[in-house]
Amino acid sequence: MIALLLILVPLVSGLAAFLMKKEEQVRTWSLLAAIITFIISILGVAVYTAPGCWTFRAGWMGSLNSSFSLKGDGMGIMLCLLTALSYPVIFLSTWTTAYKKVHNFFGLMLLTQAGLMGVFLAMDALLFYFFWELALIPIYFICSQWGGEKRIAVTFKFFIYTFIGSLLMLVGILYVYSRTPGHSFDITAFYQAGLSLKEQSWLFWLFFVAFAVKMPVFPFHTWQPDTYQQSPTAATMVLSALMVKMGLLGVLRWLLPVFPFASYLNGDTISLLAVTGIVYASLIAMRQDDMKRLVAYSSIAHIGLMCAAVFAEDKSALQGTMIQMFSHGINILGMWIVVEIIERKFGTVKISALGGIAQKAPVLTFFFVIIAFANIALPLTNAFIGEFLMFRGILASRVSEHGVLIMATAGLGIILGAVYTLRLGRKVFFGETNALTEKGSDIVFHERAILAIIVGAILILGIYPQPFLNALDHISQSILKNSDVLPMLMKQKH
Amino acid sequence: MNAVLLSGLLGVVMMFASFLFRTKAPVRILAILGMAVLLVANVLDTKGIHFFHVNTTGFLSFTGYALFFNTIVIACTLIFFLISSKDMQKVGNHYAEYFALIFFILTGIFLVTAFTNLLILFIGIEIISIPLYILTGSAKKDLKSNEAALKYFLMGAFSTGVMLMGIALIYGATGTFDITKMNIAGLLKSNLLTAGMLMLLFSMCFKVSIAPFHFWTPDVYDGAPNVFTSFMATIVKVGIFVGFLHLFYTAFDAIALQWKIWMAVLAALTLLVGNITAVFQQSVKRMLAYSSISQAGFMLFALVAMNETAHEGLLLYAIAYCLATIGVFGIISKMTDYSFDGFNGLAGHQPLVALCVAIFMLSLAGIPLSAGFLAKFYMLKAVIQAGGYMWLVIFGVLMAAVSAYYYFRVIQAMYFKEGPNHFSGISAFEKCVLVGICVLIVFTGLFPNIIFGWMYF
Repeated sequence: MIALLLILVPLVSGLAAFLMKKEEQVRTWSLLAAIITFIISILGVAVYTAPGCWTFRAGWMGSLNSSFSLKGDGMGIMLCLLTALSYPVIFLSTWTTAYKKVHNFFGLMLLTQAGLMGVFLAMDALLFYFFWELALIPIYFICSQWGGEKRIAVTFKFFIYTFIGSLLMLVGILYVYSRTPGHSFDITAFYQAGLSLKEQSWLFWLFFVAFAVKMPVFPFHTWQPDTYQQSPTAATMVLSALMVKMGLLGVLRWLLPVFPFASYLNGDTISLLAVTGIVYASLIAMRQDDMKRLVAYSSIAHIGLMCAAVFAEDKSALQGTMIQMFSHGINILGMWIVVEIIERKFGTVKISALGGIAQKAPVLTFFFVIIAFANIALPLTNAFIGEFLMFRGILASRVSEHGVLIMATAGLGIILGAVYTLRLGRKVFFGETNALTEKGSDIVFHERAILAIIVGAILILGIYPQPFLNALDHISQSILKNSDVLPMLMKQKH
Repeated sequence: MNAVLLSGLLGVVMMFASFLFRTKAPVRILAILGMAVLLVANVLDTKGIHFFHVNTTGFLSFTGYALFFNTIVIACTLIFFLISSKDMQKVGNHYAEYFALIFFILTGIFLVTAFTNLLILFIGIEIISIPLYILTGSAKKDLKSNEAALKYFLMGAFSTGVMLMGIALIYGATGTFDITKMNIAGLLKSNLLTAGMLMLLFSMCFKVSIAPFHFWTPDVYDGAPNVFTSFMATIVKVGIFVGFLHLFYTAFDAIALQWKIWMAVLAALTLLVGNITAVFQQSVKRMLAYSSISQAGFMLFALVAMNETAHEGLLLYAIAYCLATIGVFGIISKMTDYSFDGFNGLAGHQPLVALCVAIFMLSLAGIPLSAGFLAKFYMLKAVIQAGGYMWLVIFGVLMAAVSAYYYFRVIQAMYFKEGPNHFSGISAFEKCVLVGICVLIVFTGLFPNIIFGWMYF
C-alpha cells in the first residue's frame, strides 16, 4: 500500500498542479504534496518490517504476463526515502525562483517524482521500463523550457542519449522475456531466465548502455556537464541527486542478477573504465571556473567509484554503494543548494568572480564547509562510511583481478577530489572580498533550516550508520546470491 | 459482407447527393451518418448478424481478424471525417464526390483484407488505387497536385501491371488463383512461382511505399491536398498492409525461407531511408511523408515475424499510426505555414492544440504510455519471438531513436520557441475530436488488453 501511495500521491497532485492558475497556490500545493509523500515514506520506513505494506500487485497487461507489481526492498525503500526527502528540500530551496508558467513546472516536477518512485519500486520489467521513461519525459520538458540559453540543444542531446539507451534496454527486456520460463516480465522470472553465456555477453551490453548513460559512466558522460549547467537548478538537483541513482539501481537490481556471467566477465573492464572516469573527471573539475560544471564533474567522479564497487560483487562493496547512493544524493543536494544561493545573491557562479564570502556570510560558509568535507569523504561524514566500505569491498573482491589497480586509481580520485573541493572553498569563500561580494549578506532562516537538515543527515549517517547497514544487509545478500557465478560455473563443467 | 456492399452503395448515394443538396452541410452530415451506419453494420457483422447473404464462391472469407480490422478502418475514417471533412471544402467544388470516392476506397480495402482469391486482391487494389489517383489530383488548379496525380497514376499503373504479371505467373505455376489451395510446398524449386511471388512482393511494396519502391511517396503526399494525404498515408496504407500480410501468410508461408531475408532487408532499408531523409526535411508535411515510409518499415516487421503476435501488432500499429497521423494532418490542414518554423510558439497561442500535437508526436515516436509505444513493442516482440533477426530488431530501435529527433523537433518548436501565430482557428467540436483521439491513444497505450478483448470475444 505504501509503495502504491508513494507513486500515486505525486502523480495525482502533479496532474492537479497543471490545472491551477495562481502561482502561490501551485507552490503551496506542490510543497504540501511533497511533504505528504515524505511523511508517507517515513511511515513506510517505520513499519518496514510489517509484512505486505511495501508490496502491491495488480493485474495490468494480462495477455503479456506483465503485472503492476511493486515491492520495496532495502535499496528501493532507501532511494524512495531519499526522493521523498529531496523534493521538499528542492521546493523550499528554490522557493523564490521565478518561473514562467509555474503550474506546468511544478506539475512536471511531481510527475518526475512519480516516475522515480516507480523505477525504484517496480518488480516487473515492463513496468520498470514504463517508469524509466515516465521519469525522463517530464524532466526533458522541464530542462528545455526553463533552462539557460543553450538549453534546447543540450537537453536534446541528453534526451537522445538516454532514449537510445532505453530502447536498447527494451530490446534486451524483450529478448530475456522470450527466454523466461512461461513468458513473464516478472523479476523472479527474469532471474530464472537461464541465459547461455553467449546470449548474456551481448544482452548485457544492451542493458548496460542504458544504465551507463543514466549514471553516467565514462565514456557515456558527455551529456552531463552541459545539462547540469543549462538546466534550472531544481531540475539539476533532481537529475544529480536522484536520477543518476536510477542507473545504479538498474545495475544492482536488473544487471548483476539477470546476467551474472557477463557481469563477471565484463566487470573488470567496466570498473577500469569507471575509475579512469574518476581521474579524468577530477582533473577536469580542477580546471573549472564554473561552479555548476565543477559539481557536475565531481558527480561523475563519485558515480564512477560506485560503479566500480558494484562490479566488485562483494557484500561490503554493495552495502557501501547503497549507502553512498543515499549519501551522494544528500551531499550533492547540499552542494547545489549552496551554489544556488550564491547564484541568487551574486548573480554569477564563476569562481574567479567570487571571493571572501566567508566574511559576509559566515553561516553559509559553515554549512558549505561541512558539505565540502562530506564531498571529500572525511571521517564522521556520511560519505566516509560509503567510500570506506566500497574500498574495502573492491580490495576483498573475489571476482575482480585488478582490485589493487582499481583501488589505487580510485584513491587517486579521492585525493584529487579533495584538491578541487578545497580549491573551490578557498577561492569562493575565503580570501579578500571584491566589489561583487562586498554587498553580500548572510542566509535567512528558511535557507538555514534547509541546510541544517542536509548537514544533520550528513552527520547522523556519518556517526551512526548501523541502522542503514542493517536495512541493506538482506538485499545485498540476495543480489550476491543471485549473481553468484561459481555454482553455475560448476554446473557447466559437469 | 455487410460492409463491402454497404460502402459501395453509400458511395453511389454520395454521388447522387451532389445534385440532391445545394449546400455543403447536408452532404457532410450524410457522409458522417453513412460512415456511422457502416461502422454499426460491420460491428453487427462481427457479432454474426449478416444483412446480406451472398455466395462468394470462395473468393472472399471474412475472418474475425479481417472484420475487426475493418472496424478499425471504418472507425478511423469516421474520425477522419469528423476532423477533416470541413477542410475538404477548400479543395474544390466536387464535395460530395470526394466522399463517394472515399467510400469506394473503403470497399476496396474490405476486399483486400478478406480476399482468398488473387483476382479479388487485384480488383481490390484497383478499387483503392483509381479513386486515389483522382483524389490526389483533386486540387485542379494546383500544379503540384496535378503533377502528383500524374506521377502517382503512371507509377501506380505500372506497378499494377507488375502485379498482374505476378498473378499470371503464379497461376501458371500452381494452376489456381485461390491462395488457400495453392499447395506450393511441392513446388519449392519452381522458378515460375518464385518470379511470380517476387513480382507480387514488389508491387505490394510499391503500394505501401517500402524502399526502394518509395520514390513516389514524398512527392505524392506533398502534392496531394492535405486532407487526402492524411487519408492516403494512414487508412489506405494499413489497409493494403493487412492484405499484404494475409497474402504472404496464407499463400507463401511454405516457402518463407526464400523471401524472409528479403523482407528483413527491405524493412531495414525502408527504416534507414525513411528516417534519415525525414531528419533533413524543413516542412512538417514532407517530414510526415518520410515518417510514413519509416513507419511502413516497422509495419513490415509483421511480415518478417509472421506469427500470432505479428497479427496483433499490425492491428495495434494500424490504430496507433492512423490515429496519430490523422490527428496531426487535421491540425496541419488548419495551418498557414507547414514548415517547422510555422509551429514555433504554438503552445502559447493554442495550448490545447499544441498538447494534442505533442501527444501525437510522442505516440509516433513510440514513447511509453502511448499507443505508438505498444505498437512498436508488439512488432519488436513478434520478431524476437520468431527468432533469427536480432540485427533487424536492434537496427529498428536505433532508427526509432533517430525518428525521435524529427518528431521532437515539432515539440521543441511548439513549446520552447517563440513565433507568430500560423494557426487559422479550430471549432470547439473539432477540438473535442482532437482530445478524443488523444484519449484513445493514451487509453490504448495503457490498456491494450481491452482492445484485444474486443478482438477475441
